[in-house]
Amino acid sequence: MAEAVAEAVAEAVADAALPVATPAARRGRWLIYAVLLSFAVFFLVPLGVVLLNSVRTAQEIGLGSVIGWPRGFAMENYAEAWSRYCIAQRCEGVRNYMWNSLLMTVPATLVSTALGALAGYSVSLWRFRGDTIVFTIMLMGVFLPDQMRLIPWALVLRELGLTNTIAALVLIHTVQGLSFTTLFCRNYFVGIPQDLIKAAKVDGAGFFRIFWRIVLPLSPPILIVTVIWQFTGIWNEFLYGVTFTTGAQQPITAAIIAISVSSPTDVPQYGVQSAAVLLAALPTLLVYFFGGRYFMRGLTAGAVK
Amino acid sequence: MAALSVRGLHKRFGSTEVLKGIDLSVENGEFAVLLGPSGCGKSTLLNIIAGLERPNEGEVEIGGRVVTGLPPRDRDIAMVFQSYALYPAMTVRRNITFGMECRGVPRARQDEAVARVAALLQIDGLLERKPSQLSGGQRQRVAMGRALVRDPLLFLFDEPLSNLDALLRVDMRTEIKQLHRRIGSTIVYVTHDQIEAMTMASRIAVMNLGRLQQFATPDEVYHRPANLFVARFIGTPPMNTVKARLASDGAALVAIVGAGRPDETRLVLPAAPEAARAWIDREVFFGIRPECISDGGRGVDFSAVKVSAEVELSEPTGAETVVLARLAGERVRARVGPHVRLNQGQSAPFLVDTRTTCLFDPASEQLIA
Ligand SMILES: Nc1ncnc2c1ncn2[C@@H]1O[C@H](COP(=O)(O)OP(=O)(O)OP(=O)(O)O)[C@@H](O)[C@H]1O
Ligand SMILES: [Mg+2]
Repeated sequence: MAEAVAEAVAEAVADAALPVATPAARRGRWLIYAVLLSFAVFFLVPLGVVLLNSVRTAQEIGLGSVIGWPRGFAMENYAEAWSRYCIAQRCEGVRNYMWNSLLMTVPATLVSTALGALAGYSVSLWRFRGDTIVFTIMLMGVFLPDQMRLIPWALVLRELGLTNTIAALVLIHTVQGLSFTTLFCRNYFVGIPQDLIKAAKVDGAGFFRIFWRIVLPLSPPILIVTVIWQFTGIWNEFLYGVTFTTGAQQPITAAIIAISVSSPTDVPQYGVQSAAVLLAALPTLLVYFFGGRYFMRGLTAGAVK
Repeated sequence: MAALSVRGLHKRFGSTEVLKGIDLSVENGEFAVLLGPSGCGKSTLLNIIAGLERPNEGEVEIGGRVVTGLPPRDRDIAMVFQSYALYPAMTVRRNITFGMECRGVPRARQDEAVARVAALLQIDGLLERKPSQLSGGQRQRVAMGRALVRDPLLFLFDEPLSNLDALLRVDMRTEIKQLHRRIGSTIVYVTHDQIEAMTMASRIAVMNLGRLQQFATPDEVYHRPANLFVARFIGTPPMNTVKARLASDGAALVAIVGAGRPDETRLVLPAAPEAARAWIDREVFFGIRPECISDGGRGVDFSAVKVSAEVELSEPTGAETVVLARLAGERVRARVGPHVRLNQGQSAPFLVDTRTTCLFDPASEQLIA
């Protein structure tokens, strides 16, 4: 049976490019679609449940089940989640935490992308003594697990007097993002012909002018990729948020953990909680919806056609 | 005055030595061509002259000033690259003015210069386009324009025509030559195309394996190659170089090809140099251009020697036929008339014009002059 399926699939894949398909190949292709579709449904179920619950009232969920079609359209869940819902004894909704996340994510994304572009430019297009060693060391940052960095960061933050501040998280995410942003940009910039740099040098341009006038104008695809990557990564990150901030200083991902800690006497607030979760995820969802296209395009783009 | 002097230049990449002591002096207004097989170090030499690479040893002097340690921008040079290296994100106009922008030339002067160069190269209509919207020939012109817009002491060209199709290349060749005549600047031009070298150069620097083999006029490089490498590199097909024994026949010298064989061939050398007398009764390499071996149908002088050789291969090229034949056991190429058809294995008569032949020392491979 498995063999027959494998055969049909192989045939379908082989025939996919051909305009006319044999009946066997057509059957194989339907099989592929069916499998893919079931995977897609499987992955989308949690999002679907949360989406539906976010517009159901607490009573409705309490009387029925957590999975169910909304009877009405309870938009007040969102209003409550935004400004009144109690998270860890503070009944101000998610808005302050969202604002914290934004204050953390935007500067960290912009600075790490800018520095990564500059670092990637210098390791790819300017050879200097020990350039490969510098790059290798930077690359190690990509593979170092986050847990291993907690204690060093704790020491650094204490020395700098940044404990429990959003500035601390900006610093952490900027520095840790550098490995990735440098790698991304470097891999893109090695596709820029050396001759362009040579020509610019002969024309009299220096390091920064070449970066600004020659390299950056070729870089939007990779800058978009890097910004999307950093933005979603930093927004969704929560280990550092939980570890280094408390109370009102927390980013949304850290704060929202408190949802799971509800007192046993309360009626479960599934509707409001779903709305809060969706609000927390909204920025990254929007980035995926509107930027995903550019992300794919940028990853596969070459520097110079 | 020498516009460019290069002295004792060595360049190593890791453990491989790419340039092994280059000495070169290019006069003002000269069109010097660096010619050599792929990988012989032409681009490396040009990059060192431009200041884009550092030599391990040696000195570069441009316009009488030692520039060895200076960056490219302080060397008063302009360069055209094989890939053209046009800045993709800039319009043609910006590409041309970028160098002036870096040097802080006032806007009005920039516009003037662009207008002048655009007229010179007939790219007026392209100024607002991006490089991706240009054809290969147009890009080439823009790349030239970017160099010409400045008035440097030295122009450096690295195979600027090798990405063009054959017809366009011939046109551009003529244009560059005329351009040089008009502006009279000093040019160092890298190519591995012999025709380009022969037609454009005032002198050709033939390079091989990181060494300068000969630096002389196209005529001299062609007729008096300094060594066996040059003899076998220049010309399509290149010079025949066959083992021969030198002998004296009264006052004249004779090269005996295939000495001792029943079909040994004796070629009298009316123009052999005095130095060749030292090689009497010794082995030498005898060099003769294919066009000096003909079928006699081309009005060759009566002083030519009649020989007979066995035909191995006949290659009609249109304007002539190149025949590969065995002359007393040695392989030689001959250029015969376009309508001459010789069959393989056939023994055919040839006329050998021995007035412009060369002799080479088989040990040092140098020309005996
Ligand atoms: N950056 C480098 N690192 C190591 N080796 C190099 C480097 N640049 C050039 N080489 C080597 O030096 C030699 C000469 O290279 P160069 O580019 O000067 O040759 P070229 O004569 O210009 O050849 P072509 O006609 O193919 O352009 C080659 O063998 C090349 O592999
Ligand atoms: Mg080259």
